[in-house]
Amino acid sequence: MIELWNALPVVIQILIKIIAIVLPLLGMVAYYTLAERKVIGYIQVRIGPNRVGWRGSLQPIADAVKLMMKEIVIPTKADKALFLLAPMIAIAPALAAWAVFPFDEGLVLADINAGLLYLLALTSLGVYGIIIAGWASNSKYALLGAMRSAAQIVAYEIAMGFALVGVLVAAGSLNLGAIVAAQEGNLLTWFWLPLLPLFGVYLISGIAETNRAPFDVAEGESEIVAGFHVEYSGMAFAVFFLAEYANMILISALSALLFMGGWLSPFPQAWTDGNAILGDGFHWLLLKTFFFMFVFLWLRATFPRYRYDQIMRLGWKVFIPITIVWILVVALAVLAELPPWWSA
Amino acid sequence: MGFEKFLFYVFAAITLVAAGMVITRRNPVHAVLYLVLAFISSAALWILLEAEFLGIVLILVYVGAVMVLFLFVVMMLDVDIATLRAGFIRYLPIGALIAVVLALEIFLIVGPANFGLQQFPSPLPAGPDVSNTEELGLLLYTIYVYPFEIAAVILLVAIVAAIRLTLRRRPETKYMDPAKQVRVKKGPDRIRIVKMPSESAAVPAVAASAAPQESTE
Repeated sequence: MIELWNALPVVIQILIKIIAIVLPLLGMVAYYTLAERKVIGYIQVRIGPNRVGWRGSLQPIADAVKLMMKEIVIPTKADKALFLLAPMIAIAPALAAWAVFPFDEGLVLADINAGLLYLLALTSLGVYGIIIAGWASNSKYALLGAMRSAAQIVAYEIAMGFALVGVLVAAGSLNLGAIVAAQEGNLLTWFWLPLLPLFGVYLISGIAETNRAPFDVAEGESEIVAGFHVEYSGMAFAVFFLAEYANMILISALSALLFMGGWLSPFPQAWTDGNAILGDGFHWLLLKTFFFMFVFLWLRATFPRYRYDQIMRLGWKVFIPITIVWILVVALAVLAELPPWWSA
Repeated sequence: MGFEKFLFYVFAAITLVAAGMVITRRNPVHAVLYLVLAFISSAALWILLEAEFLGIVLILVYVGAVMVLFLFVVMMLDVDIATLRAGFIRYLPIGALIAVVLALEIFLIVGPANFGLQQFPSPLPAGPDVSNTEELGLLLYTIYVYPFEIAAVILLVAIVAAIRLTLRRRPETKYMDPAKQVRVKKGPDRIRIVKMPSESAAVPAVAASAAPQESTE
Protein backbone atom coordinates (compact mmCIF):
# COMPACT_ATOMS: atom_id res chain seq x y z
CA MET A 1 0.00 0.00 0.00
CA ILE A 2 2.69 2.44 1.08
CA GLU A 3 4.78 1.71 -2.04
CA LEU A 4 1.76 2.20 -4.25
CA TRP A 5 1.03 5.54 -2.55
CA ASN A 6 4.64 6.69 -2.90
CA ALA A 7 4.69 5.69 -6.55
CA LEU A 8 1.89 8.14 -7.34
CA PRO A 9 2.86 11.57 -8.65
CA VAL A 10 2.77 14.31 -6.01
CA VAL A 11 -0.08 16.14 -7.75
CA ILE A 12 -2.27 13.02 -7.61
CA GLN A 13 -1.36 12.49 -3.94
CA ILE A 14 -2.41 16.05 -3.12
CA LEU A 15 -5.63 15.66 -5.11
CA ILE A 16 -6.51 12.51 -3.19
CA LYS A 17 -5.83 14.30 0.09
CA ILE A 18 -8.02 17.23 -0.97
CA ILE A 19 -10.86 14.86 -1.85
CA ALA A 20 -10.40 13.10 1.49
CA ILE A 21 -10.93 16.45 3.23
CA VAL A 22 -13.63 18.03 1.05
CA LEU A 23 -15.98 15.06 0.63
CA PRO A 24 -16.49 14.37 4.35
CA LEU A 25 -16.77 18.12 4.85
CA LEU A 26 -19.61 18.42 2.33
CA GLY A 27 -21.28 15.40 3.91
CA MET A 28 -21.00 17.11 7.28
CA VAL A 29 -22.48 20.29 5.81
CA ALA A 30 -25.45 18.34 4.46
CA TYR A 31 -26.15 16.65 7.77
CA TYR A 32 -25.47 19.83 9.71
CA THR A 33 -28.53 21.34 8.03
CA LEU A 34 -30.59 18.38 9.22
CA ALA A 35 -29.06 18.66 12.69
CA GLU A 36 -29.95 22.34 12.75
CA ARG A 37 -33.57 21.69 11.93
CA LYS A 38 -33.80 18.83 14.41
CA VAL A 39 -32.01 20.63 17.26
CA ILE A 40 -33.98 23.84 16.83
CA GLY A 41 -37.12 21.74 16.48
CA TYR A 42 -36.56 20.00 19.79
CA ILE A 43 -35.56 23.26 21.50
CA GLN A 44 -38.86 24.74 20.32
CA VAL A 45 -40.78 21.54 21.29
CA ARG A 46 -41.37 20.45 17.70
CA ILE A 47 -40.23 17.27 15.98
CA GLY A 48 -38.46 18.76 12.98
CA PRO A 49 -38.26 17.01 9.59
CA ASN A 50 -39.35 13.37 9.96
CA ARG A 51 -40.86 12.37 6.62
CA VAL A 52 -37.96 11.47 4.30
CA GLY A 53 -36.15 8.32 5.34
CA TRP A 54 -35.88 7.03 8.89
CA ARG A 55 -36.85 9.94 11.16
CA GLY A 56 -35.98 12.40 8.42
CA SER A 57 -32.46 11.10 7.93
CA LEU A 58 -32.64 11.51 4.13
CA GLN A 59 -33.96 15.08 4.30
CA PRO A 60 -30.62 16.71 3.24
CA ILE A 61 -30.50 14.48 0.15
CA ALA A 62 -34.06 15.43 -0.75
CA ASP A 63 -33.21 19.11 -0.25
CA ALA A 64 -30.13 18.83 -2.43
CA VAL A 65 -32.09 17.12 -5.22
CA LYS A 66 -34.80 19.76 -5.00
CA LEU A 67 -32.29 22.62 -5.21
CA MET A 68 -30.50 21.02 -8.16
CA MET A 69 -33.77 20.63 -10.06
CA LYS A 70 -34.81 24.23 -9.57
CA GLU A 71 -34.28 26.89 -12.17
CA ILE A 72 -31.57 29.50 -11.58
CA VAL A 73 -33.34 32.78 -12.15
CA ILE A 74 -31.12 35.69 -13.19
CA PRO A 75 -32.74 39.09 -12.72
CA THR A 76 -33.01 41.10 -15.96
CA LYS A 77 -30.87 44.01 -14.90
CA ALA A 78 -28.38 41.98 -12.88
CA ASP A 79 -24.68 42.00 -13.66
CA LYS A 80 -24.78 38.47 -15.03
CA ALA A 81 -21.09 37.53 -14.74
CA LEU A 82 -20.72 38.81 -11.19
CA PHE A 83 -24.09 37.39 -10.22
CA LEU A 84 -22.91 33.90 -11.12
CA LEU A 85 -19.39 34.45 -9.78
CA ALA A 86 -20.53 35.53 -6.31
CA PRO A 87 -21.55 32.10 -4.93
CA MET A 88 -18.24 30.64 -6.06
CA ILE A 89 -16.31 33.44 -4.39
CA ALA A 90 -18.29 32.72 -1.25
CA ILE A 91 -17.54 29.01 -1.13
CA ALA A 92 -13.92 28.96 -2.35
CA PRO A 93 -12.35 30.45 0.82
CA ALA A 94 -14.61 28.32 3.02
CA LEU A 95 -13.13 25.19 1.44
CA ALA A 96 -9.58 26.45 0.83
CA ALA A 97 -9.15 27.31 4.50
CA TRP A 98 -9.08 23.59 5.35
CA ALA A 99 -5.75 23.22 3.53
CA VAL A 100 -3.75 24.24 6.61
CA PHE A 101 -6.02 22.62 9.17
CA PRO A 102 -4.28 19.86 11.15
CA PHE A 103 -6.59 16.96 12.02
CA ASP A 104 -4.10 15.13 14.19
CA GLU A 105 -0.41 15.22 15.04
CA GLY A 106 1.21 15.86 11.63
CA LEU A 107 -1.98 15.03 9.72
CA VAL A 108 -2.27 18.17 7.62
CA LEU A 109 -2.42 18.93 3.90
CA ALA A 110 -0.08 21.96 3.94
CA ASP A 111 1.98 22.42 7.09
CA ILE A 112 2.87 26.08 6.58
CA ASN A 113 4.47 28.35 9.15
CA ALA A 114 1.96 31.16 8.79
CA GLY A 115 -1.08 28.87 9.04
CA LEU A 116 -3.06 31.05 11.42
CA LEU A 117 -2.49 34.10 9.24
CA TYR A 118 -3.56 32.18 6.17
CA LEU A 119 -6.79 31.20 7.87
CA LEU A 120 -7.49 34.75 8.94
CA ALA A 121 -6.83 36.02 5.40
CA LEU A 122 -9.10 33.43 3.82
CA THR A 123 -11.97 33.92 6.24
CA SER A 124 -11.75 37.64 5.46
CA LEU A 125 -12.23 36.89 1.76
CA GLY A 126 -15.60 35.24 2.27
CA VAL A 127 -17.30 38.62 2.55
CA TYR A 128 -16.65 39.30 -1.14
CA GLY A 129 -19.17 36.65 -2.13
CA ILE A 130 -21.81 38.44 -0.07
CA ILE A 131 -20.95 41.95 -1.24
CA ILE A 132 -20.72 41.01 -4.91
CA ALA A 133 -23.97 39.03 -4.69
CA GLY A 134 -25.70 41.99 -3.10
CA TRP A 135 -24.47 44.44 -5.69
CA ALA A 136 -24.81 42.24 -8.79
CA SER A 137 -28.43 41.33 -8.00
CA ASN A 138 -29.46 44.93 -8.69
CA SER A 139 -32.00 44.75 -5.91
CA LYS A 140 -32.53 47.13 -3.00
CA TYR A 141 -32.83 44.45 -0.37
CA ALA A 142 -29.79 42.60 -1.62
CA LEU A 143 -27.70 45.79 -1.60
CA LEU A 144 -28.85 46.62 1.92
CA GLY A 145 -27.87 43.15 3.06
CA ALA A 146 -24.47 43.47 1.42
CA MET A 147 -23.84 46.85 3.05
CA ARG A 148 -24.76 45.54 6.47
CA SER A 149 -22.56 42.51 5.98
CA ALA A 150 -19.56 44.56 4.87
CA ALA A 151 -19.74 46.89 7.86
CA GLN A 152 -20.28 44.02 10.27
CA ILE A 153 -17.46 41.89 8.95
CA VAL A 154 -14.92 44.71 8.99
CA ALA A 155 -15.84 45.44 12.61
CA TYR A 156 -15.71 41.87 13.83
CA GLU A 157 -12.67 40.89 11.85
CA ILE A 158 -10.56 43.28 13.88
CA ALA A 159 -11.81 41.78 17.14
CA MET A 160 -11.29 38.28 15.75
CA GLY A 161 -7.79 39.14 14.53
CA PHE A 162 -6.84 40.55 17.92
CA ALA A 163 -8.22 37.46 19.66
CA LEU A 164 -5.98 35.38 17.42
CA VAL A 165 -3.03 37.65 18.22
CA GLY A 166 -3.60 36.60 21.83
CA VAL A 167 -3.38 32.94 20.78
CA LEU A 168 -0.25 33.72 18.82
CA VAL A 169 1.38 35.41 21.82
CA ALA A 170 0.41 32.51 24.07
CA ALA A 171 1.64 29.81 21.68
CA GLY A 172 4.61 31.69 20.25
CA SER A 173 3.88 30.37 16.77
CA LEU A 174 1.58 30.89 13.80
CA ASN A 175 1.71 27.20 12.91
CA LEU A 176 -1.52 25.49 13.90
CA GLY A 177 0.18 22.26 14.87
CA ALA A 178 2.56 24.16 17.13
CA ILE A 179 -0.37 26.02 18.71
CA VAL A 180 -1.97 22.71 19.68
CA ALA A 181 1.39 21.38 20.91
CA ALA A 182 1.70 24.46 23.15
CA GLN A 183 -1.52 23.44 24.93
CA GLU A 184 -0.18 19.96 25.81
CA GLY A 185 -1.20 18.80 29.27
CA ASN A 186 -4.77 18.46 30.42
CA LEU A 187 -8.08 20.28 30.37
CA LEU A 188 -6.69 23.16 32.43
CA THR A 189 -3.59 23.81 30.33
CA TRP A 190 -5.61 24.48 27.20
CA PHE A 191 -5.78 28.09 26.14
CA TRP A 192 -9.46 28.61 26.94
CA LEU A 193 -8.58 29.28 30.57
CA PRO A 194 -5.77 31.86 30.33
CA LEU A 195 -7.38 33.40 27.23
CA LEU A 196 -10.97 33.21 28.47
CA PRO A 197 -12.00 36.74 27.35
CA LEU A 198 -10.36 36.23 23.97
CA PHE A 199 -12.07 32.85 23.66
CA GLY A 200 -15.45 34.50 24.21
CA VAL A 201 -14.66 37.30 21.79
CA TYR A 202 -13.45 34.82 19.18
CA LEU A 203 -16.52 32.65 19.42
CA ILE A 204 -18.96 35.56 19.23
CA SER A 205 -17.00 37.23 16.41
CA GLY A 206 -17.03 33.89 14.61
CA ILE A 207 -20.81 33.81 14.82
CA ALA A 208 -20.94 37.38 13.55
CA GLU A 209 -18.50 36.60 10.71
CA THR A 210 -20.57 33.70 9.50
CA ASN A 211 -23.70 35.89 9.54
CA ARG A 212 -25.51 33.56 11.90
CA ALA A 213 -28.28 34.44 14.30
CA PRO A 214 -28.29 36.55 16.43
CA PHE A 215 -25.98 38.50 14.09
CA ASP A 216 -27.75 37.63 10.84
CA VAL A 217 -28.66 41.19 9.87
CA ALA A 218 -27.23 40.55 6.39
CA GLU A 219 -30.14 38.18 5.82
CA GLY A 220 -32.67 39.60 8.25
CA GLU A 221 -35.77 37.90 6.83
CA SER A 222 -38.15 40.11 8.75
CA GLU A 223 -36.48 43.36 7.68
CA ILE A 224 -34.88 42.93 4.28
CA VAL A 225 -36.53 39.72 3.04
CA ALA A 226 -33.43 37.56 2.69
CA GLY A 227 -30.72 40.16 2.32
CA PHE A 228 -27.90 39.49 -0.08
CA HIS A 229 -29.26 36.24 -1.55
CA VAL A 230 -32.85 37.34 -2.10
CA GLU A 231 -32.51 37.06 -5.90
CA TYR A 232 -30.76 33.68 -5.87
CA SER A 233 -32.50 30.40 -6.54
CA GLY A 234 -31.68 26.77 -7.21
CA MET A 235 -28.06 25.70 -7.12
CA ALA A 236 -26.71 29.27 -6.90
CA PHE A 237 -28.58 29.69 -3.64
CA ALA A 238 -27.49 26.23 -2.49
CA VAL A 239 -23.84 27.20 -2.94
CA PHE A 240 -24.30 30.18 -0.60
CA PHE A 241 -25.93 27.83 1.83
CA LEU A 242 -23.03 25.38 1.60
CA ALA A 243 -20.54 28.20 2.14
CA GLU A 244 -22.32 29.43 5.25
CA TYR A 245 -22.41 25.99 6.83
CA ALA A 246 -18.85 25.16 5.80
CA ASN A 247 -17.77 28.41 7.46
CA MET A 248 -19.65 27.50 10.63
CA ILE A 249 -17.91 24.13 10.76
CA LEU A 250 -14.58 25.87 10.15
CA ILE A 251 -15.10 28.35 12.98
CA SER A 252 -16.18 25.52 15.30
CA ALA A 253 -13.16 23.42 14.38
CA LEU A 254 -10.86 26.42 14.82
CA SER A 255 -12.30 27.20 18.25
CA ALA A 256 -11.61 23.60 19.20
CA LEU A 257 -8.10 23.80 17.78
CA LEU A 258 -6.99 27.17 19.14
CA PHE A 259 -8.64 27.27 22.53
CA MET A 260 -9.70 23.72 23.43
CA GLY A 261 -6.53 21.81 22.66
CA GLY A 262 -7.54 20.34 19.29
CA TRP A 263 -6.91 16.60 19.28
CA LEU A 264 -5.46 16.61 22.82
CA SER A 265 -7.23 14.55 25.44
CA PRO A 266 -8.68 16.43 28.42
CA PHE A 267 -7.12 13.91 30.80
CA PRO A 268 -3.53 14.16 32.02
CA GLN A 269 -0.99 11.99 30.25
CA ALA A 270 -0.52 9.68 33.28
CA TRP A 271 -4.15 8.52 33.28
CA THR A 272 -4.41 7.71 29.62
CA ASP A 273 -1.15 5.88 28.94
CA GLY A 274 -1.68 3.55 26.02
CA ASN A 275 -5.45 4.00 25.98
CA ALA A 276 -6.61 4.70 22.42
CA ILE A 277 -9.97 6.19 23.41
CA LEU A 278 -8.94 8.32 26.36
CA GLY A 279 -5.61 9.33 24.82
CA ASP A 280 -5.04 12.08 22.26
CA GLY A 281 -6.65 11.55 18.90
CA PHE A 282 -8.79 12.84 16.08
CA HIS A 283 -11.97 11.79 17.90
CA TRP A 284 -11.37 14.46 20.55
CA LEU A 285 -11.11 17.15 17.87
CA LEU A 286 -14.33 15.88 16.31
CA LEU A 287 -16.10 15.85 19.66
CA LYS A 288 -15.04 19.41 20.47
CA THR A 289 -15.98 20.59 16.98
CA PHE A 290 -19.42 19.02 17.33
CA PHE A 291 -19.87 20.81 20.64
CA PHE A 292 -19.18 24.21 19.07
CA MET A 293 -21.38 23.37 16.09
CA PHE A 294 -24.14 22.65 18.56
CA VAL A 295 -23.51 26.00 20.27
CA PHE A 296 -24.15 27.73 16.93
CA LEU A 297 -27.57 26.10 16.69
CA TRP A 298 -28.31 26.61 20.37
CA LEU A 299 -27.64 30.35 20.07
CA ARG A 300 -29.81 30.62 16.98
CA ALA A 301 -32.72 28.97 18.76
CA THR A 302 -32.27 31.09 21.87
CA PHE A 303 -31.59 34.71 20.97
CA PRO A 304 -33.57 37.26 18.98
CA ARG A 305 -31.71 39.19 16.27
CA TYR A 306 -29.44 41.98 17.42
CA ARG A 307 -30.28 45.45 16.27
CA TYR A 308 -27.82 46.73 13.67
CA ASP A 309 -26.38 49.68 15.60
CA GLN A 310 -25.97 47.57 18.71
CA ILE A 311 -23.97 45.03 16.71
CA MET A 312 -21.63 47.82 15.68
CA ARG A 313 -21.34 49.03 19.25
CA LEU A 314 -20.57 45.53 20.52
CA GLY A 315 -17.87 45.03 17.90
CA TRP A 316 -16.09 48.35 18.11
CA LYS A 317 -16.67 49.55 21.64
CA VAL A 318 -16.75 46.32 23.65
CA PHE A 319 -14.81 43.57 21.90
CA ILE A 320 -11.87 45.52 20.53
CA PRO A 321 -11.00 47.16 23.89
CA ILE A 322 -11.35 43.79 25.68
CA THR A 323 -9.01 42.08 23.23
CA ILE A 324 -6.40 44.86 23.38
CA VAL A 325 -6.31 44.77 27.18
CA TRP A 326 -6.14 40.98 27.28
CA ILE A 327 -3.32 40.78 24.74
CA LEU A 328 -1.32 42.95 27.14
CA VAL A 329 -2.23 40.68 30.06
CA VAL A 330 -1.25 37.56 28.12
CA ALA A 331 2.03 39.12 27.01
CA LEU A 332 2.89 39.96 30.62
CA ALA A 333 1.90 36.45 31.74
CA VAL A 334 4.15 34.93 29.08
CA LEU A 335 7.01 37.18 30.15
CA ALA A 336 6.47 36.23 33.79
CA GLU A 337 6.35 32.54 32.74
CA LEU A 338 3.13 32.07 34.64
CA PRO A 339 2.57 28.40 35.54
CA PRO A 340 1.08 26.03 34.47
CA TRP A 341 0.78 27.46 30.97
CA TRP A 342 4.10 29.13 30.36
CA SER A 343 6.41 27.64 32.96
CA ALA A 344 9.72 27.10 31.21
CA MET B 1 12.70 26.16 -11.43
CA GLY B 2 10.71 25.80 -14.64
CA PHE B 3 7.34 25.48 -12.93
CA GLU B 4 8.10 28.40 -10.63
CA LYS B 5 8.95 30.59 -13.61
CA PHE B 6 5.73 29.55 -15.31
CA LEU B 7 3.76 30.50 -12.19
CA PHE B 8 5.56 33.82 -12.06
CA TYR B 9 4.58 34.67 -15.62
CA VAL B 10 0.99 33.60 -15.06
CA PHE B 11 0.57 35.74 -11.96
CA ALA B 12 2.53 38.64 -13.44
CA ALA B 13 0.27 38.60 -16.50
CA ILE B 14 -2.85 38.51 -14.32
CA THR B 15 -1.52 41.42 -12.26
CA LEU B 16 -0.81 43.53 -15.35
CA VAL B 17 -4.12 42.79 -17.06
CA ALA B 18 -6.06 43.42 -13.85
CA ALA B 19 -4.20 46.69 -13.23
CA GLY B 20 -4.97 47.78 -16.77
CA MET B 21 -8.63 46.93 -16.27
CA VAL B 22 -8.71 49.03 -13.08
CA ILE B 23 -8.10 52.20 -15.06
CA THR B 24 -10.06 51.32 -18.19
CA ARG B 25 -13.30 49.89 -16.79
CA ARG B 26 -16.22 52.31 -16.90
CA ASN B 27 -18.02 50.70 -14.00
CA PRO B 28 -16.33 51.70 -10.72
CA VAL B 29 -17.38 48.48 -8.97
CA HIS B 30 -15.74 46.42 -11.70
CA ALA B 31 -12.64 48.59 -11.41
CA VAL B 32 -12.41 47.95 -7.67
CA LEU B 33 -12.90 44.21 -8.17
CA TYR B 34 -10.07 44.18 -10.71
CA LEU B 35 -7.93 46.00 -8.16
CA VAL B 36 -8.72 43.20 -5.72
CA LEU B 37 -7.61 40.69 -8.35
CA ALA B 38 -4.39 42.67 -8.85
CA PHE B 39 -3.72 42.57 -5.09
CA ILE B 40 -4.34 38.84 -4.91
CA SER B 41 -2.02 38.05 -7.80
CA SER B 42 0.70 40.31 -6.41
CA ALA B 43 0.34 38.48 -3.12
CA ALA B 44 0.92 35.28 -5.08
CA LEU B 45 4.05 36.85 -6.58
CA TRP B 46 5.34 37.68 -3.10
CA ILE B 47 4.68 34.15 -1.96
CA LEU B 48 6.72 32.94 -4.95
CA LEU B 49 9.53 35.15 -3.59
CA GLU B 50 9.26 33.22 -0.29
CA ALA B 51 7.79 36.27 1.41
CA GLU B 52 4.69 34.37 2.47
CA PHE B 53 4.10 36.53 5.54
CA LEU B 54 3.95 39.70 3.44
CA GLY B 55 1.83 38.00 0.79
CA ILE B 56 -0.77 36.78 3.28
CA VAL B 57 -0.79 40.11 5.13
CA LEU B 58 -1.38 41.89 1.80
CA ILE B 59 -4.49 39.77 1.30
CA LEU B 60 -5.59 40.10 4.91
CA VAL B 61 -5.20 43.88 5.16
CA TYR B 62 -5.80 45.19 1.66
CA VAL B 63 -8.17 42.64 0.19
CA GLY B 64 -9.89 41.63 3.40
CA ALA B 65 -10.39 45.05 4.94
CA VAL B 66 -9.36 48.09 2.88
CA MET B 67 -10.96 47.01 -0.38
CA VAL B 68 -14.13 45.94 1.39
CA LEU B 69 -14.53 49.50 2.60
CA PHE B 70 -13.66 50.76 -0.89
CA LEU B 71 -16.39 48.61 -2.38
CA PHE B 72 -18.72 49.76 0.35
CA VAL B 73 -18.27 53.38 -0.76
CA VAL B 74 -18.09 52.77 -4.50
CA MET B 75 -21.30 50.73 -4.57
CA MET B 76 -23.22 53.70 -3.29
CA LEU B 77 -21.80 56.06 -5.91
CA ASP B 78 -23.96 56.97 -8.83
CA VAL B 79 -21.30 57.74 -11.39
CA ASP B 80 -22.48 59.60 -14.44
CA ILE B 81 -20.15 58.57 -17.24
CA ALA B 82 -21.27 61.39 -19.57
CA THR B 83 -20.17 64.21 -17.26
CA LEU B 84 -16.99 62.33 -16.45
CA ARG B 85 -16.07 62.10 -20.09
CA ALA B 86 -16.97 65.70 -20.91
CA GLY B 87 -13.88 67.64 -21.97
CA PHE B 88 -11.86 64.46 -22.47
CA ILE B 89 -10.35 65.73 -25.75
CA ARG B 90 -9.75 69.19 -24.33
CA TYR B 91 -7.67 67.90 -21.39
CA LEU B 92 -6.06 65.03 -23.30
CA PRO B 93 -2.79 66.82 -24.28
CA ILE B 94 -1.97 68.11 -20.81
CA GLY B 95 -3.07 64.83 -19.23
CA ALA B 96 -0.93 62.79 -21.60
CA LEU B 97 2.04 65.10 -20.96
CA ILE B 98 1.76 64.64 -17.18
CA ALA B 99 1.39 60.88 -17.63
CA VAL B 100 4.52 60.68 -19.77
CA VAL B 101 6.53 62.80 -17.33
CA LEU B 102 5.41 60.69 -14.40
CA ALA B 103 6.19 57.43 -16.20
CA LEU B 104 9.64 58.77 -17.09
CA GLU B 105 10.33 59.79 -13.50
CA ILE B 106 9.24 56.42 -12.17
CA PHE B 107 11.43 54.66 -14.74
CA LEU B 108 14.45 56.78 -13.80
CA ILE B 109 14.15 55.94 -10.12
CA VAL B 110 12.73 52.42 -10.08
CA GLY B 111 14.31 51.38 -13.39
CA PRO B 112 17.13 48.90 -13.87
CA ALA B 113 19.80 51.54 -13.11
CA ASN B 114 18.87 51.56 -9.43
CA PHE B 115 16.93 48.37 -8.84
CA GLY B 116 18.39 46.06 -11.47
CA LEU B 117 19.71 42.58 -10.86
CA GLN B 118 23.25 43.99 -10.39
CA GLN B 119 22.15 46.08 -7.43
CA PHE B 120 19.75 43.52 -6.02
CA PRO B 121 20.70 40.00 -7.01
CA SER B 122 18.00 37.46 -6.23
CA PRO B 123 18.61 36.18 -2.69
CA LEU B 124 19.52 32.59 -1.98
CA PRO B 125 16.43 30.52 -1.28
CA ALA B 126 16.06 30.03 2.46
CA GLY B 127 15.62 26.59 3.95
CA PRO B 128 12.20 25.27 4.93
CA ASP B 129 12.96 25.87 8.61
CA VAL B 130 13.36 29.63 8.29
CA SER B 131 10.27 31.33 9.65
CA ASN B 132 9.40 34.40 7.65
CA THR B 133 7.42 35.88 10.50
CA GLU B 134 10.26 35.60 12.98
CA GLU B 135 12.83 37.08 10.60
CA LEU B 136 10.56 40.00 9.83
CA GLY B 137 9.83 40.59 13.50
CA LEU B 138 13.52 40.56 14.36
CA LEU B 139 14.27 43.16 11.70
CA LEU B 140 11.26 45.35 12.47
CA TYR B 141 11.96 45.58 16.19
CA THR B 142 15.73 46.04 15.97
CA ILE B 143 17.19 47.74 12.89
CA TYR B 144 13.99 49.30 11.61
CA VAL B 145 12.40 50.12 14.94
CA TYR B 146 12.39 53.91 14.36
CA PRO B 147 10.79 53.85 10.91
CA PHE B 148 8.30 51.31 12.25
CA GLU B 149 7.32 53.45 15.23
CA ILE B 150 7.23 56.64 13.16
CA ALA B 151 4.92 54.98 10.65
CA ALA B 152 2.67 53.97 13.54
CA VAL B 153 2.58 57.55 14.85
CA ILE B 154 1.80 58.92 11.37
CA LEU B 155 -1.07 56.46 11.09
CA LEU B 156 -2.35 57.52 14.50
CA VAL B 157 -2.23 61.18 13.44
CA ALA B 158 -4.15 60.29 10.28
CA ILE B 159 -6.78 58.47 12.33
CA VAL B 160 -7.19 61.37 14.71
CA ALA B 161 -7.38 63.85 11.83
CA ALA B 162 -9.95 61.77 9.93
CA ILE B 163 -12.12 61.39 12.99
CA ARG B 164 -11.85 65.08 13.84
CA LEU B 165 -12.81 66.06 10.29
CA THR B 166 -15.90 63.88 10.20
CA LEU B 167 -16.99 64.27 13.80
CA ARG B 168 -19.59 66.99 13.92
CA ARG B 169 -22.68 67.41 15.97
CA ARG B 170 -25.77 68.25 14.02
CA PRO B 171 -28.36 69.50 16.45
CA GLU B 172 -31.23 69.11 13.99
CA THR B 173 -30.82 65.36 13.58
CA LYS B 174 -32.13 63.10 16.28
CA TYR B 175 -29.97 60.15 17.14
CA MET B 176 -29.95 57.50 19.77
CA ASP B 177 -27.19 56.25 21.98
CA PRO B 178 -27.06 52.44 21.91
CA ALA B 179 -24.78 52.42 24.93
CA LYS B 180 -27.48 54.14 26.98
CA GLN B 181 -30.14 51.89 25.52
CA VAL B 182 -28.46 48.65 26.52
CA ARG B 183 -28.15 49.93 30.07
CA VAL B 184 -31.91 50.28 30.38
CA LYS B 185 -33.31 47.90 32.99
CA LYS B 186 -36.76 46.43 33.05
CA GLY B 187 -37.46 47.70 36.55
CA PRO B 188 -37.50 51.46 36.87
CA ASP B 189 -36.66 52.41 33.26
CA ARG B 190 -39.12 50.61 31.05
CA ILE B 191 -42.13 49.45 33.00
CA ARG B 192 -43.84 51.00 35.97
CA ILE B 193 -45.52 48.40 38.13
CA VAL B 194 -48.54 49.81 39.90
CA LYS B 195 -49.86 48.16 43.01
CA MET B 196 -53.64 48.10 43.10
CA PRO B 197 -56.00 46.71 45.67
CA SER B 198 -58.16 43.92 44.29
CA GLU B 199 -61.61 45.06 43.34
CA SER B 200 -64.96 43.31 43.43
CA ALA B 201 -65.66 40.78 40.69
CA ALA B 202 -68.61 42.78 39.30
CA VAL B 203 -66.29 45.50 37.99
CA PRO B 204 -64.05 44.26 35.10
CA ALA B 205 -60.43 44.91 35.90
CA VAL B 206 -59.14 47.73 33.71
CA ALA B 207 -55.47 48.15 34.29
CA ALA B 208 -54.94 51.16 32.10
CA SER B 209 -52.40 52.71 34.39
CA ALA B 210 -50.26 49.57 34.32
CA ALA B 211 -49.74 49.70 30.56
CA PRO B 212 -46.08 49.40 29.66
CA GLN B 213 -44.44 52.73 29.20
CA GLU B 214 -41.63 53.20 26.74
CA SER B 215 -38.55 54.75 28.15
CA THR B 216 -38.07 58.35 27.10
CA GLU B 217 -34.33 57.86 26.76
